[in-house]
Amino acid sequence: MRRQNHHIFLSVEGLSYVVDGQTILSDITFEIEAGETVAVLGPSGSGKSTLIRTINRLDEPTSGSIKIEGEDYHAIPPRILRRRLGMVMQHPFLFPGTVAQNLCFGPLSHGENLTESEIRTLLAGVDLMGFEDRDISKLSGGEAQRVNLARTLANKPEALLLDEPTSALDEAAKNEVEATIKSVITNQKVTCLLVTHDPAQGGD
Amino acid sequence: MLGRWIDNQVWLGAAQAGVTMVAAMLVVWLTVRLKLRMEKDILVALVRGVGQIVLVGFLLTIIFTADLWIAIPVIAIMIVTASVMTIKRVSNIPNALRISLLGITAGSGLVIAVMTFLGVIEQDLTSIIPIGSMMVYGAMNTNALMMERFRSEVGSHVGQIEAGLALGASPEHVIQPYARRAVASAMTPNINGLRSLGIVWIPGAMAGMVLAGENPAYAGFYQFVVSGSIFVTAGITVIISIAMLRKQVFSKAEQLLLRSEAED
Repeated sequence: MRRQNHHIFLSVEGLSYVVDGQTILSDITFEIEAGETVAVLGPSGSGKSTLIRTINRLDEPTSGSIKIEGEDYHAIPPRILRRRLGMVMQHPFLFPGTVAQNLCFGPLSHGENLTESEIRTLLAGVDLMGFEDRDISKLSGGEAQRVNLARTLANKPEALLLDEPTSALDEAAKNEVEATIKSVITNQKVTCLLVTHDPAQGGD
Repeated sequence: MLGRWIDNQVWLGAAQAGVTMVAAMLVVWLTVRLKLRMEKDILVALVRGVGQIVLVGFLLTIIFTADLWIAIPVIAIMIVTASVMTIKRVSNIPNALRISLLGITAGSGLVIAVMTFLGVIEQDLTSIIPIGSMMVYGAMNTNALMMERFRSEVGSHVGQIEAGLALGASPEHVIQPYARRAVASAMTPNINGLRSLGIVWIPGAMAGMVLAGENPAYAGFYQFVVSGSIFVTAGITVIISIAMLRKQVFSKAEQLLLRSEAED
């Protein structure tokens, strides 16, 4: 989806997250324009994943506000919010079954289905043509993460929240997935928030 | 042989229990000889076992002289105790006591009431209380197994559950496979029990009736009534409990609440 320039898509203000007396996020404020890619760099344990999880509302922030296109995200039903902000986790966590079944999971959960052509297009986007009927147990780490990305894209999200998507991969698989993500961001002009501990990845 | 020497039934029972206790002491002696370090546990279990069951026996002799309605508070006490014992076996599940209490009450209460009303269980205390206790006990075990398994399934599939939520799926949808597995796993011993009935074992009710001189064919039918009722009770209990349980693990904002405990 194309958007006007300088249109703020995501606005985070004074976001804090405290659990069991431990402060994980403290007073985080930033904005992301529509179509923009922003990387958050930080070492392990600095709260990067929690930031992504609070924006996706898998965790509830202790204080602060999050707005999606100016609307308080509490006003958006969680399932709709999560479809709009597609999250790619560090580990793929694919569901048992085939690649196609995984891609259909999101659309099916809100009563839609993907056509064969849409499945092929999604797989082509992550460079996995012909993988529709492949059982997920037969995938390499890099392939599984690319299926994970395609599964998220199947919901046609307005933004991608990428939580260290290559940190669990070896060097070769990491390069594959990075290239795929870059191509998806460039081709689909999707708004993107990436958290990573890798300065090289953040700089790209 | 003991029966020839002792006329009084209670004293005869005490003598029989004494002989059994001597046999149990042989096992204790063996565990000491083999240095298994179990003798303390076995002795405590034996003393508790004989104490509790004899006490219940004396209590029942008093209860059985009371009005039929005393069955309601007696069964209610059994249900509350069973619910408390269930939650001792599961940890970190919000409202586990309420869920267990409602599940066991609905399951055993409904089956005991219907079976007694229809006359399948005879309308006297000597039938309602022992058979009711078997149903409550069965419901307790099945419910505890289901809750333990559900807790463990959720704990070991946090990633998949949250991946499903992150894709915009409903909590009911993402939890379904794990809830189904928990119920199936808890019901399996009941199903196996029904399947092996009479072939691998002759359960207590039938054995007792045969020992008391009842027609073995009638005892067989009656045993099925007891085992079938226990099965139905367990089924209703776990279905009601899982319906409540699956809602407890998510917040109103559809976030997985067991996540942090699961990752401990």
